[in-house]
Amino acid sequence: MKQLIHLRVNGEKHEVWTSVHKTLLEVLREDLQLTGVKHGCELGECGTCTVLVDGEPVLSCLALPIEVQDREILTVEGLAQQGRPHPLQTAFAELGAAQCGYCTPGILVTAKALLDHNPNPTRDAIREALAGNLCRCTGYTKILQAVELAAERMRVQAPAARYER
Amino acid sequence: MSDNEFAIIGKPLPKVDALGKVTGETKYADDLFLPRMLYAKLLGCHYPHARLKHISAARAEALPGVVAVITGADLPVKYGILPSSQDETGLSGDKGRFVGDPIAAVAAVDEETAERALELIEVEYAPLPAYLSIEEALTKGGEPVHDYGDQGNIHKLVSLEFGDPETGLAQADYVREDAFFYQGNTHLPMEQHAALAQYTADGKLTLWSSTQTPHYVHRALSRTLGLPLSRIRVIATPVGGGFGGKSDPFGHEIAVAKLAMITGRPVKITLTREEVFYAHRGRHPVLMWVKTGVRKDGAITAMHFKTFLDGGAYGSYGVASTYYTGALQTVTYKIPAYKFEGLRLFTNKPPCGPKRGHGTPQPRFALEIQLDKIAEALGLSPVDIRRKFLVDENSYTVNHLRITSCALGECIDKAAAASGFLQKHRKLPFGKGVGLACSSYLTGAGLPIYWNNMPHTSVQIKIDRGGGVTVLCGETDIGQGSDSVLAYTVAEVLGVNVSDIQLVTSDTDLTPIDLGSYSSRVTFMMGNAAIEAAQKLRKLILEATAEKLELPADALTARGNRIYNVDNERQSLSFAEAVQIAEAKHGALGAMGSYTPPKLARPFRGSGVGPSPAYSYSACVAQVDVDPETGEVKVVKVWIAHDCGRAINPLLVQGQTEGSVYMGLGEALMEEQEFRRNQHKIPSMLEYKSPTTLETPEIETIIVERPDPGGPFGAKEAGQGPLLPVPPAVANAVYDAVGVRIDEIPITPDKVLKALGYKAEGKEPRVGPKGVPAFEFPDPIHVEPHPQAPRL
Repeated sequence: MKQLIHLRVNGEKHEVWTSVHKTLLEVLREDLQLTGVKHGCELGECGTCTVLVDGEPVLSCLALPIEVQDREILTVEGLAQQGRPHPLQTAFAELGAAQCGYCTPGILVTAKALLDHNPNPTRDAIREALAGNLCRCTGYTKILQAVELAAERMRVQAPAARYER
Repeated sequence: MSDNEFAIIGKPLPKVDALGKVTGETKYADDLFLPRMLYAKLLGCHYPHARLKHISAARAEALPGVVAVITGADLPVKYGILPSSQDETGLSGDKGRFVGDPIAAVAAVDEETAERALELIEVEYAPLPAYLSIEEALTKGGEPVHDYGDQGNIHKLVSLEFGDPETGLAQADYVREDAFFYQGNTHLPMEQHAALAQYTADGKLTLWSSTQTPHYVHRALSRTLGLPLSRIRVIATPVGGGFGGKSDPFGHEIAVAKLAMITGRPVKITLTREEVFYAHRGRHPVLMWVKTGVRKDGAITAMHFKTFLDGGAYGSYGVASTYYTGALQTVTYKIPAYKFEGLRLFTNKPPCGPKRGHGTPQPRFALEIQLDKIAEALGLSPVDIRRKFLVDENSYTVNHLRITSCALGECIDKAAAASGFLQKHRKLPFGKGVGLACSSYLTGAGLPIYWNNMPHTSVQIKIDRGGGVTVLCGETDIGQGSDSVLAYTVAEVLGVNVSDIQLVTSDTDLTPIDLGSYSSRVTFMMGNAAIEAAQKLRKLILEATAEKLELPADALTARGNRIYNVDNERQSLSFAEAVQIAEAKHGALGAMGSYTPPKLARPFRGSGVGPSPAYSYSACVAQVDVDPETGEVKVVKVWIAHDCGRAINPLLVQGQTEGSVYMGLGEALMEEQEFRRNQHKIPSMLEYKSPTTLETPEIETIIVERPDPGGPFGAKEAGQGPLLPVPPAVANAVYDAVGVRIDEIPITPDKVLKALGYKAEGKEPRVGPKGVPAFEFPDPIHVEPHPQAPRL
């Protein structure tokens, strides 16, 4: 059975005619071609498919599109603004926090949610926030360092950014 | 070395593909969609071991939306990664050998339809006796898993003797025998394996796949599908985690290719996470027995090592894995006499294969714990017993392995100093402890997987008139950064910016062959090939520039996108100008380089496994807190010093080292492939426990650089070696903390509690295997030690 679903993703409105049983993960990847959203288990165990819904991390493999209609969905594709990478993206690239890069989109949006709530998190707070996102490459070390670096830069840049344009 | 020796090498640059990965732009195999694409699903065998009497696909084929169903009958040709173990088919046709062994595949318009069709395939099984353990495979009667191998369920039997271990043991002041068990575990890459096949009207097949070894997939497809290599193109998509788990050609790759040929439509498959656990090829469970003789000062006089590998249902790399459990014991400390007996058994479980460290973490675990026990018995420090008897540089081992550079001594010193090991060892309060272990690993296998005399890798470079440099190589980036190493290397030699390099990699139609991302071979081999190709072009460009500037060519250098006089930098041309002059003089600018390892194998059977152009070295200290109430082991911090020869990019070396330590900790403390009632107990990421941010401690990486004479800029490997010392360092730390020996991994709380219980009862405070099966190995092949090997 199909249904018309209204989604707001990365600031854009979409109307999707799709099967009601498809997960948010499937609709984002297959109907909206947002393949930056990855999957590692499709059972809610690895955190790879995380997206933000109204600023909160949600496992898109366990969410149904109908539950999140007309709410703000953010995927990794929506992190960069006007082609300028988010400070988290820059820090991850600079420090080698993305090795194979497959878990990276889910980790980036989860870290963004953390920094939006807590601009100056302790390392333990970062560990806690990312505890649901598995990474097999990095040993997490460079990920934690990159979140700290991004947080530091965002704290410095935040006041200036308000006056841009 | 001054900072200015290199423009790019040794600098902590971002990886060339970093921005693609952090923006979500990078396209992994499952991110590819083609028009009219079908989706494939696999039917797995329901029994651990059963003859397939009859399969009927009629009802599945009749389901609307199903386009094709294939079974083993459609893919009868056997293949396997090793020429000696051609025991797999795209889909199993004669029998299923483990629960989940793929026996049929469906292509349908969507995944749901394909899944429903699987349920409609009717299979008549005739169950056979199943072998789920080393013991069962050795002793239980009945039809063996395969009809080839060394006898019954024994896939491979090895017995080698170097020098005179009997005399060595007789001359020892102290001899100990210990048994150890290293549990099997899996790679658990975040990306599920995926492959997309397209068969076009011109009779050409293209396969995009998340593989570490596109060249071997290319060969396997040709063999199993009966298509010439020239009509098959394999493209390795960026791999979302490999660790060895995507190094075999897989049945699902062959099945989607066949389905694409039958249907004339693109067909994609993405394994479910459960199926990834069945595809496996992970760490072999290995039961080990070690007898070592030492003099009072700790010098080893002889070692006798026995290994029993639980291989799972297929050969995979297993013959090599078996040899690897006996090969590298000799490359750290001087061993003048050595005997190795090993066997690999077929069992009805997902096949084991190469996982990071391939066959060597298991014996390293045994060796380093036993050394810790010997040191204690002789009243020696764990540092001294290792430090005083290191192999010499530019020497050979008793089993004929050539050692070039070795900075293990410096690694030990630095790891011990950074961690305060000697101040802490046996001095921390009860419940806290430190452990030391060392290791060594290959920098590329000295021999190819299939016998040939051709290069192991080649690099092609072409330069356009604007100064853009295109580099082509079959190497495959699995996250370790091999694309970046390729770009850095060429950029360094040609004196251009990394951003001026375009890469074309891992595409069998476009790129010269590289054997794949395994055995830590890529940086060393590809790096050397890239330097050779780039130097040819550098020479042409400098010659042409010298003519133009009326200077001798050796007065010039290339750096920062300019060609200039070393003594007068104002006499210069931009790289692009120089390229145009060179093209006018020499014609189109292109060059190739290749690398073939030196011939290191010796005239004895089995000598092909172990030789490497160079060995990396690591020393690791782990500090733990052990809760005697719960048995829980918390790793507080890990210090690791790694001799990588030269860090092409220290950021990437750190990343590989941190990732290796993390993976070693997972193996040491929690990861295991468990089976219950003939099937995988926990084929899910939640129940297969792996460390999260909360369990992974601080890791301090110390890079030790002693350039190796054969390495590109002196580089050796960093991707696998640093895993090896971690599990034994943790086990030794647990002993230091609470005085119990856990001689098997994972070191779980129940084992620690059990051992503490024994200790309280005055029994031997140890959990681990009692011994190994009483198996009579055949008389060993006797090999005289290499003349430059350590002597008794």
